[in-house]
Amino acid sequence: MAHYFSIFFDSVFVDNIALTFFLGMCTFIAVSKKVNTAIMLGVAVVVVELITVPVNNILYNVLLKEGALAWAGFPELDLSFLGLITYISVIAAIVQILEMVLDKYFPALYNALGIFLPLLTVNCAILGASLFMVERDYNFGESTVYGIGVGVGFAIAISLLAGIREKIVYSDIPKGLQGVGMTFIVVGLMAMSFQAFSGLQF
Amino acid sequence: MSKAKDALMDPLFNNNPIALQILGICSALAVTNKMSTALTMSIAVILVISCSNAAISAIRNHIPNSVRIIVQMTIIATLVIIVDQMLKAYAYEMSKQLSVYVGLIITNCIIMGRAEAYATKNPVYESLMDGIGNGLGYALILLIVGFIRELFGSGSFFGLTILNPTNNDGWYVTNGLMLLAPSAFFLIGFIIWALRTWKPELQE
Repeated sequence: MAHYFSIFFDSVFVDNIALTFFLGMCTFIAVSKKVNTAIMLGVAVVVVELITVPVNNILYNVLLKEGALAWAGFPELDLSFLGLITYISVIAAIVQILEMVLDKYFPALYNALGIFLPLLTVNCAILGASLFMVERDYNFGESTVYGIGVGVGFAIAISLLAGIREKIVYSDIPKGLQGVGMTFIVVGLMAMSFQAFSGLQF
Repeated sequence: MSKAKDALMDPLFNNNPIALQILGICSALAVTNKMSTALTMSIAVILVISCSNAAISAIRNHIPNSVRIIVQMTIIATLVIIVDQMLKAYAYEMSKQLSVYVGLIITNCIIMGRAEAYATKNPVYESLMDGIGNGLGYALILLIVGFIRELFGSGSFFGLTILNPTNNDGWYVTNGLMLLAPSAFFLIGFIIWALRTWKPELQE
């Protein structure tokens, strides 16, 4: 249990996917103007991560890993070079299915998420989580916890940034720095504060 | 001909993908603490974006509109796999250092964005130029950030010592912040500031 908690805590705070690995930055900067939309996007990311990371984990272990196809009579086959194209297709398919399901059964949530949901296909945080899962060789349980952790970490980071950006509108910033430039510097400061978590261990 | 030249030159300063379109930052920041990784990443992205733009443009009249995203995604993913395998074969150490960021070129918004915004509407030659131009614009920022971070963070340039650091009996006290994640954000923020002060019409 402690092991799972440690994976969760690591992925939320110490290895925050947005602020330490710089993943999902495009969305992170583009969709953080308002707290409400930021939280919505955060929820969408948690849901998509929760599904895609474990599914990719199963695919990797059952089909792609070296020797994984032994049950089909190909003990030496190593298909891991097909990993990238598999993961991205899985992510695209799952986002598409999720969109249809939400549209049918939860129209309110679907309308609130709007354009963000299809855009999650090309969000590096989603693909990145799957790639880290493979690199760290997580099993099914670990990858589920890791998926949730990454999603929650992203949601926390983007909500915090949106909160800061809502206030910063009132500040007197030099002309050239207004907008994106200032956002980068704010994100830099946030990343520094998140570094304070590194070194914490359980 | 001049259209192709515009497509090549515009993304360098006037419409830089990182500093102005705010695309492709994801993988850009993590690999810039050394010049060598920044350069490898730049070359990889230029290769992928120019090939993908040319390929997508060549078949642009044959892709049904409703499935174009998945077709583009497949082309890009195939190219990235080729680059990834090449790196693993010929520069294994480098591919270990870049870890997942090579794979993440697939979701680099510059590539998808250029395919969608330019390659689906323009002929092959211009699209190729646009791809190379945007790749160079990306590389420019990456190399500037990489240069500053490596020089002040470890006192070296491509691994060669320029400012002799104190832990090597030298005089230069290295700036540890430059090697950490936040410095990349500050540097890009300052680059955007400088670019927008130089060209005021780009301000928000």
